[in-house]
Amino acid sequence: MEKILLRNIDAADSHTLAAYQARGGYRAWEKVVRSMKPEQLIDEVKASGLRGRGGAGFPTGMKWSFVPKDNPKPKYLVCNADESEPGTFKDRLLIEKDPHAIIEGTLIAAFGIQSHTAFIYIRGEMAFGTRVLEQAAEEVKRAGFTGKNIFGSGYDLDLIVHRGAGAYICGEETALLSSLEGGRGWPKVKPPFPATHGLFGCPTVVNNVETLAALPWIIDHGAAAYAAMGTEKSKGTKLFSVSGHISKPGVYEVEMGYPFKKFLEEDCGGVPNGRKLKGVIPGGGSMPVLRPEEIENVNLDYESVQAAGSLLGSGGVIVMDDSTCMVRAAWNISRFYAHESCGQCSPCREGCHWMEKIFHRIEHGQGDKGDMDIILNVSGNIMGNTICPFGDAAAMPAAAFIKKYRDEFEQHIVESGCTVRNGYPSIGHSRVA
Amino acid sequence: MAVEFSPETLEKFHETVSRYPKKEAAMLPVLYLAQQEFGYLGPEAIDYIAKLMGQSPARVHGVVSFYTMYNMKPIGRHHIQVCRTLSCALGGAEKITDFIKKKLAIELGQTTADGRFTLSEVECLASCGTAPMMQINDDYYENLNEEKVTEILDSLK
Repeated sequence: MEKILLRNIDAADSHTLAAYQARGGYRAWEKVVRSMKPEQLIDEVKASGLRGRGGAGFPTGMKWSFVPKDNPKPKYLVCNADESEPGTFKDRLLIEKDPHAIIEGTLIAAFGIQSHTAFIYIRGEMAFGTRVLEQAAEEVKRAGFTGKNIFGSGYDLDLIVHRGAGAYICGEETALLSSLEGGRGWPKVKPPFPATHGLFGCPTVVNNVETLAALPWIIDHGAAAYAAMGTEKSKGTKLFSVSGHISKPGVYEVEMGYPFKKFLEEDCGGVPNGRKLKGVIPGGGSMPVLRPEEIENVNLDYESVQAAGSLLGSGGVIVMDDSTCMVRAAWNISRFYAHESCGQCSPCREGCHWMEKIFHRIEHGQGDKGDMDIILNVSGNIMGNTICPFGDAAAMPAAAFIKKYRDEFEQHIVESGCTVRNGYPSIGHSRVA
Repeated sequence: MAVEFSPETLEKFHETVSRYPKKEAAMLPVLYLAQQEFGYLGPEAIDYIAKLMGQSPARVHGVVSFYTMYNMKPIGRHHIQVCRTLSCALGGAEKITDFIKKKLAIELGQTTADGRFTLSEVECLASCGTAPMMQINDDYYENLNEEKVTEILDSLK
């Protein structure tokens, strides 16, 4: 399979403009500015079938087409580099190793919606990545790829690298915009959608790093070449971040539709230390865990993973072997959401903490027979009752852990404590470098 | 003590604000400048930034307290942040945290008496494939074990 997203990361000095251009970088940008009309570009991206890689999988070209053309306000394009989904580290790899692919994609997307100011909102903790992106943005400015009258076309575009300050919720697009406006990262009610009322009430498109990084290749090779890869509804390739109990953790680029089990066993080397798979989260911490028998015939594309009862999400694959205490894993994930809830909507603000406390007491020997049903009840009352998808992201994994490993929860309650004595945190595992 | 930017930082402040389409959008980078200059963002720093940004201290306080990377109290020179989320936990993060607690004789949220280290647990730092890991100030340290942690901590003065 031809690599699209990881095509540059192994090149020497891959983060520099010189190395990127030596490999054909910014050809697509020049082609777009010199010879394409915005509508043509949007049609091309629509034809490629590219879908948003931040988790929701919304068609990218369609998202751009919602930006009104006759709106007199400024338009903004924002690259979402606030990668924080548990188990996901693909964007950080691209940021550090191939910042120019992200920038070129950001510029192309900005042209598509005729924005003259583009932002890259990078996660605050990624101080190194921020420096890499800032240097790359500076190189691009000096080369005349941003600024005034780009390639003599009369088109102007400024690029601003903006660093967040530590809040998972800012990965949600309306929260990100609130943060970029200088406030708390609070999600906003949709509609109106950012395409019409985004940053400072102006038309705005927010796209994920991985989505944008695919654009230069699509323009270079044509939409048809991209659409030729993948499945009928999930086109192209996708990055998967693989971690947990797996022999070869790391970031993998896979053609959409690749068999999940084969991927784990062959590409990632399977579960190490002679242990067996107990469960796997396919799309980042927000997505329901799957039991080994549930991934038998699953392929890595949006539709197949959904049919199996989970979601492809960010492609953050967390593998758990049979030494793992699933109660502790559930508690760990629920603690994440309790910590990160922004506090605006009561079901999420209160419910996430309740679930965390109940998981904690089951794991620590104070569980009650009714606890599992309380969690399912709380989870059900968060689902769909919050401004943003964070509520669902907290509710779905909690319910899935209980439904799929109910006997283990029951055992914890009956025996007043953790029954998986060697539970997850205590076992180190060897790795193939 | 009067809390205000040095002339150099004030210049950086104006440069930062000028990059954005609206002044308020520069709030996060300006708070970083302030944290760098003052060490932490206490009430005086918040009042000063509010005045500079033309906003109420309450609003600035609301922003500062929302984000985990702004410190409202003084912290040690090296802020150890051990990731505790699932992938790192599966890789043994709890043992790493316990080891550091014992080595430095502090609990989570505490600073060593000499002001050298503050220890925190944080949520997923997008470094799951190299678990367990920690961040100290701006730097990531990955694939940790006890020997490696000892070496890292001993090298930070």
